[in-house]
Amino acid sequence: MIEIANLYKTFDKVQVLNGLNLTVRDGETKVIIGRSGAGKSVLLKSIVGIVAPDSGSIKVGGTEVVGLSEHAYNKVRKNIGLVFQGGALFDSLNVGENIGFVLDEFGRLLPEARRERVAHALSLVGMKGIEEMMPSQLSGGMRKRVSLARVLCMEPKILLYDEPTSEVDPITADAINSLMMEMHDKLKVTSIVVTHDMTTAFKIADSVAMFYHGQVIADGTPDEIRNSRHPVVQQFINGRAVGPVTEDESMKFGHVR
Amino acid sequence: MIRRLVEKTGALIEEFFRYAGQLTILFAQTVTCAITPPFSGYRFLWQAKRVGPGSFFISSLVALFVGMIIALQMAYMMLKLSGEIYIPNVIAVSLTRELGPVLTALIVAGRIGAGITAEIGSMVVTEQVDALRAFAINPVRYLVVPRFLALAVMLPVLTVFAVLVGIFGGFLICYYKLGISHIMYWQMVVDSVGLKDIVTGLAKTVFFGMIIALVGCFEGLHVRGGADGVGRSTTLSVVRSFIMIIMFDCFFTFIFYFLFNA
Ligand SMILES: Nc1ncnc2c1ncn2[C@@H]1O[C@H](COP(=O)(O)OP(=O)(O)O)[C@@H](O)[C@H]1O
Ligand SMILES: [Mg+2]
Repeated sequence: MIEIANLYKTFDKVQVLNGLNLTVRDGETKVIIGRSGAGKSVLLKSIVGIVAPDSGSIKVGGTEVVGLSEHAYNKVRKNIGLVFQGGALFDSLNVGENIGFVLDEFGRLLPEARRERVAHALSLVGMKGIEEMMPSQLSGGMRKRVSLARVLCMEPKILLYDEPTSEVDPITADAINSLMMEMHDKLKVTSIVVTHDMTTAFKIADSVAMFYHGQVIADGTPDEIRNSRHPVVQQFINGRAVGPVTEDESMKFGHVR
Repeated sequence: MIRRLVEKTGALIEEFFRYAGQLTILFAQTVTCAITPPFSGYRFLWQAKRVGPGSFFISSLVALFVGMIIALQMAYMMLKLSGEIYIPNVIAVSLTRELGPVLTALIVAGRIGAGITAEIGSMVVTEQVDALRAFAINPVRYLVVPRFLALAVMLPVLTVFAVLVGIFGGFLICYYKLGISHIMYWQMVVDSVGLKDIVTGLAKTVFFGMIIALVGCFEGLHVRGGADGVGRSTTLSVVRSFIMIIMFDCFFTFIFYFLFNA
C-alpha cells in the first residue's frame, strides 16, 4: 500500500506537485497519465526518496518515508524497483553486470545461480544473450528493457515504471504490457505505471489517475476515466490539440499568430 | 567603489568558507564509509590502476625536465660563487620537499581530478547516481571512497618515482655539463636528503591525493544541467584543486618549518 497525502514540491519557484493525494492498494496496478512536465517522474522519485518533497506525507507499507534518514530509507528501497524514464543504466558496467547489480551488491548468490537469474531477467524482456554488450551499444528501447530487467532481477514488492513503453516498437510494447500484467497477476506486485500510451493505460490498469497542475484531477477505473465528463481528461485521452488544457495560456503552442 | 570592493571580497570569503565546509562534510562521510564494512577491495584496485600507471609517464617526464632545469639554474648562480659542488644538494632537497610533491599533485589534479569530475558528473546528468540511491547504495561509498583511497595511496607512489627521475635529470646535467663525477653526485644526494625531508614530502602528498579526490568527486556530484554543466564543473574542479593544493602546501610548509626548526 502506498498512501500519498498533500504532497508539495517546488523546483526553483516552479510548483511541480501541488498538494497531491494518491493511494495505491496492495497488488493494484495504478496507471498515471498527464502531460510531459506534469510531475509524474518527480512523484516516482519522491517515493524512492531521491527527490525530497517540500511537505506532505508518503507512506509505503504503513511506514512514513518523508524525512526518513538515508540509512532507514534503504530498507524501504530494497522492496521498491524503479524503472527510470531514461533507463539510467550504469555505463561503466556491461548489461549482465547492470542486471545483476543488486545481486552483486547485496546478494549471496553463487555465480551459477546469479548467471541464471540474470539470463532469466533478460529473457523476460525478450533480449536473451546480450550480457556482454555495453549500454552505449544499445538503442533507446533496448536500454529501457535492460533497465526493466535490472529491476525485475531484484524481485521487488513494489514496481514503479516510468514510461516503460515509450521508445519501443508496438510489438515490444505489447510484450512489456503482458509482462506488467503478469507481474500483477502472478506475483501480486503493487505497481505504478507512468505512461502516455492510452492503449497501455486502459489495458493494464486497475485504476487510472490523471495529473494536472500538480494534483490528481481524476482517479478511477479505466471505464470511469474513459467516460469521465472532465474536459481536461477528455482532451487528454483523446489526444486533441484544442481544448481546455491548451487554452490555458501558459501551455499554448503550435499556433501561428 | 571601496564599498563594492569590500562587499565583493566579503562574498568571496564567505563562499570560500562555505565550500570548505561542504568539502569537510564530504570528507567526514567518506572517512566514515571507508572505515565501516562492507569494503570493496576490487573497486579500490580498479581505481588505483587508473590513477597509477597512467600518470607515471607524464609525471616522470615533467620531473626529469624540472631536475635538469634546476641543475642549469643553479649552475648559473653557483659557478659565480664557485659552489657548483652544492648543486646536487639543492636538486635533491628541493625536489624531495617541494617540487616533486607539488608538481606531481598538480599533474594528477589536471589529469585524474578532471576525469573524476567528468565521469561522476555525467553519471549525475544521466541519473545513474539517482539509480544508485534507488538501489539502496550510498553514492559516497560506491563512488567517492575507492577514488579517495586510490589517490591517497597512489599519489605518494607517483611522487617517489617522480623525485627519483627528477634527481636523475639533474644528474644528466651535472655529469655531462658541469663535470661532477657520478660517485660525487649520488654521494651528495644521499647525504643531503634526510629522513625528515622524505617524510614531510610524502606526508603532504597523501593529503594532496585526498584533496584531488574530494574536490573531483564533489564537483562531479554537484553538476547541474547537461553536458555544459559537466564541462563547467570539470574546469572548476581543476581550478579549485590547484588552489587548494597550493594553499595546503603553504600551510604544511609553515607547520613543518615550526615543527622541525623552532
Ligand atoms: N531536478 C530538477 N530540478 C529542477 N526542475 C526539475 C527537476 N526535476 C524535474 N523538474 C521540473 O519538474 C517538472 C516535472 O518534471 P517531470 O516529473 O520530469 O515531468 P513528467 O511528468 O514529464 O515526468 C518539470 O517542469 C521539470 O522541469
Ligand atoms: Mg517523466
